[in-house]
Amino acid sequence: MTRSCKAYIAGVYEHPTRKATDKTLTQLHAEVAIGALKDAGLTMKDVDGYFCDSTVPGLGGLVMAEYLGLDLSYIDTTETGGSSYLVHVGHAMRAIAEGKCNVALITLAGRPRAEGLTSLPARDTGNDAPERGFELSYGPAVTNLYAMAAMRHMYEFGTTSEQLAWIKVAASHHAQHNEHAMLRDVVTVEDVVNSPLIADPLHRLDCCVISDGGGALVVVSPEIAKTLGDRNVKILGQGEAVKHLNGGKIDLTYTGAVKSGPSAFSEANLKPSDMDYASIYDSFTITVLETIEDLGFCEKGQGGKFVSDGNLISGVGKLPFNTDGGGLCNNHPSNRGGMTKVIEAVRQLRGEAHPAVQVPNCELALAHGTGGQISQRHGSATLILGRNDA
Amino acid sequence: MSREERVYADPSMNMENEEYWKATKQGKLILKKCDDCGETHFFPRIICPHCQSSNTSWYEASGKGRIYSYSVVRRAPIPYAIAYVTLDEGVSMLTNLVDCDFDDLAVDKEVEVTFRDTEGGEKLPMFRPV
Repeated sequence: MTRSCKAYIAGVYEHPTRKATDKTLTQLHAEVAIGALKDAGLTMKDVDGYFCDSTVPGLGGLVMAEYLGLDLSYIDTTETGGSSYLVHVGHAMRAIAEGKCNVALITLAGRPRAEGLTSLPARDTGNDAPERGFELSYGPAVTNLYAMAAMRHMYEFGTTSEQLAWIKVAASHHAQHNEHAMLRDVVTVEDVVNSPLIADPLHRLDCCVISDGGGALVVVSPEIAKTLGDRNVKILGQGEAVKHLNGGKIDLTYTGAVKSGPSAFSEANLKPSDMDYASIYDSFTITVLETIEDLGFCEKGQGGKFVSDGNLISGVGKLPFNTDGGGLCNNHPSNRGGMTKVIEAVRQLRGEAHPAVQVPNCELALAHGTGGQISQRHGSATLILGRNDA
Repeated sequence: MSREERVYADPSMNMENEEYWKATKQGKLILKKCDDCGETHFFPRIICPHCQSSNTSWYEASGKGRIYSYSVVRRAPIPYAIAYVTLDEGVSMLTNLVDCDFDDLAVDKEVEVTFRDTEGGEKLPMFRPV
């Protein structure tokens, strides 16, 4: 069938660097922008909408717009951490539908490794942040925040470390085929559970890589898409949500995907079982497990069983996921993995993923981003995408 | 049980929460509740997050609760346990678990408040098994 859509993703680009010692931050943003526009068959002169998060220097997107020489009629600098780019895609689709822009450029870049970051410290939100005095002194270090979500999930549903490990195992099976992936060795469940405990119950191999780099997307109107050939990907639905600590009434066993997922599926008039492929944000294995449940791929609490025995491995399981190796093995530029989630979903729908992991006849795909901490405040955003002829 | 104590950074304070930190300095854990909707919230604020009333007031907590979840960072220079403790008053707070064997910790274990000095002489509420 041919589904209608309000906008298309026409161009994507993932920066090949994983350690950008010899590049500036603005240069990285510019290189991914140029790459995505070239992929789309467009130029910087065609761009009239620009979307970015706080990884760009200066006030909002103003500095980057100047650096790139953009002439804009629309700008959106929504910041929801690693989910920002999936939020941007939805906002770009709506801005295009309202006629406020026709070619939207979305960029992400960062160089935490070049700056010497080897582990993720607590995010200091500054003196004016009301929660700061009640959190920072206790040593929230990202890993232990996600670990508490895992610990609670294990307590309530009997989820095991071995089940979480299957998520990493699947990612590693995919990453072996990606020449740019930071971790290309295939690992076993035993390898994961025998790797050092970083923050109980998460092991080193439950954690994503730290990498430099970035990526960019170009979202265009249907009229422009028509002029660009058949590699465009339809944006069929998008949903976003924010989850927080709710005044101290907490539940760490679910994420904002419980809202962003249904919102996106509803807009697309599709359901989880329709998806041929899924890119799921994977800062940690627990992030994937909770998100898969929240998006409705299985019942709440059954995620451990669902991800086991290779069910996420392309060609083996029912839900091939993160076929580039994801944040767990490939790339997590600027500690924000939402961008690369969209890029790999687009590759799958174009049939341009690595042949060893390409899902045959991939027509419908999901991409999901999570930003911030799932055990504190975070943004969630879900995209439902379709092949050009979907 | 005895281990080297971590150095705790001072909490940042403002007009909305200085009473809380005055109380911890006297060994008391106080909470904010809304006098209109009756809900206790955490972290404390002037405007109730549940009904937006600014008719909020302080009261002293029992200091008792249960571990909602926790994680031990064993590879830190001085290992420590971070946790969410759900107080008997119904709200959960981020904290550390102290005076305990990390291997004996468990979700739902009963805990009580205790206090640790920060580097600048303030006091942070933490919890230990009952």
